[in-house]
Amino acid sequence: MKRALERHLNILEFTLASLLRRKAKNLSLLAMYLLVIFILASLQFFVTALKREAAIILSDAPDMVVQRLVAGRQDLVPARYAAEIANIRGVTAVRPRLWGYYYDALNGANYTIIANDDPAIGPERVSIGAGVAKARNLAVGDLLPLISYDKAPVMLEISTIFPSNSDLIAADMIIISPGDFRQLFNFPSGQATDLAVMVRNPKELPTVAAKIAGQFPDSRPILKNEIQRTYQSIFDWRGGMTLIILASALFSFIIFAWDKAAGLSAEERKEIGILKSIGWETSDVLLLKFWEGAVISLTAFLVGTVLAYGHVFFLSAPLFAQALKGWSVVYPRFQLVPVVDVYQLAVLFFLTVVPYTTATIIPCWRAATIDPDAAMRY
Amino acid sequence: MRRSVQFLLFTAVSLTLFLLLPLHARHAQQHSGSQIAQLRRLQLTDLCLATEARYTRHPALADHHAPFQEHPLALEHFPSGSLILPSLPESDKP
Repeated sequence: MKRALERHLNILEFTLASLLRRKAKNLSLLAMYLLVIFILASLQFFVTALKREAAIILSDAPDMVVQRLVAGRQDLVPARYAAEIANIRGVTAVRPRLWGYYYDALNGANYTIIANDDPAIGPERVSIGAGVAKARNLAVGDLLPLISYDKAPVMLEISTIFPSNSDLIAADMIIISPGDFRQLFNFPSGQATDLAVMVRNPKELPTVAAKIAGQFPDSRPILKNEIQRTYQSIFDWRGGMTLIILASALFSFIIFAWDKAAGLSAEERKEIGILKSIGWETSDVLLLKFWEGAVISLTAFLVGTVLAYGHVFFLSAPLFAQALKGWSVVYPRFQLVPVVDVYQLAVLFFLTVVPYTTATIIPCWRAATIDPDAAMRY
Repeated sequence: MRRSVQFLLFTAVSLTLFLLLPLHARHAQQHSGSQIAQLRRLQLTDLCLATEARYTRHPALADHHAPFQEHPLALEHFPSGSLILPSLPESDKP
């Protein structure tokens, strides 16, 4: 046992010395490998944490949102729709929602304005997200000046600023009373932006949606599971950002693996020949190459994953945040609650470390099984 | 100290940190405050990921053609539009 351990330690010692002899090549290889793992693991942490946040938020979403379409565009929903939908069997509540977007000409930001009849939001009082407060440099008690669609100033006193840990929900949000909302947007009375519908039995949702679509042909019911599916597709590995980053990372990795698997350099072949001629067994040479692969891939995997965790959960994923910001003036700080999906980490391990280590061993096995003299003359 | 022992120690430290990640995540999840009640009551349908275009701010509620609806020949031009794909109907999914 002790002898086997000593043998491994000796071979590892030789491996490290051999790697350090080609310091520049191996360090750049390690750096690139680490970067690939870092990006893939960061992406995985980021997406998994966002999925969790989305699941938490969507658990509070209404069972169905009913919009009205006019000439293919979303339009306001008359209040009578709400009353008639409430009479459909199985519907427990219909809440007309008032919300919209406000373009701030001062800084070019878009805010989401939502009316809430919560008594905590009185007339001329407002709750804002941390992103809005930052963009306009506001504090609790300050006045938020907005310009109504009549071009009249609307001054609202800030009663609450949501903490930055709610940025993923409310960074750009301004919550005001329904009266202020109608005044700000010159919003016609008896109309709503859309309707939030609650249904007693989730199994009846498609039936209720079909009844609504039949009763109001210009309506567009969006079911909760469709909203959930939207977010699944946004965060899907095949979709958007993930695909772009994943493809570039995977291609670089494939190039690495190909470079290694394609064969050994003449110098490496010569080294194997010399080792065999001075008495190393084929198994020793293979062990040496196994350790060479393992040192680089295991170090890259462990360090890359730990760095990715820090990047996403302690530094709020600055690499991805830059990509998502685009031209946004108000953007959330991605303070995500950490989530580690052990299965996905295992997949990452088996897709990176195992193929790389195998790719280093196979050409060595070929070189190590030929005659040392031939290997040295190669 | 031998170089191999130094490497094994480094790997042991990295492995310990790696194994601590799920524990830290679980701890953070248990101590993450529940969503603000006022926001929960709003029954929100979307995450605030990008605020530059309405179809990337509220992808769940936007129409499928929203990126192209400014005028008949308009091309989608917001950077976040290339990252947040529009939702596809179930039958169109690959």
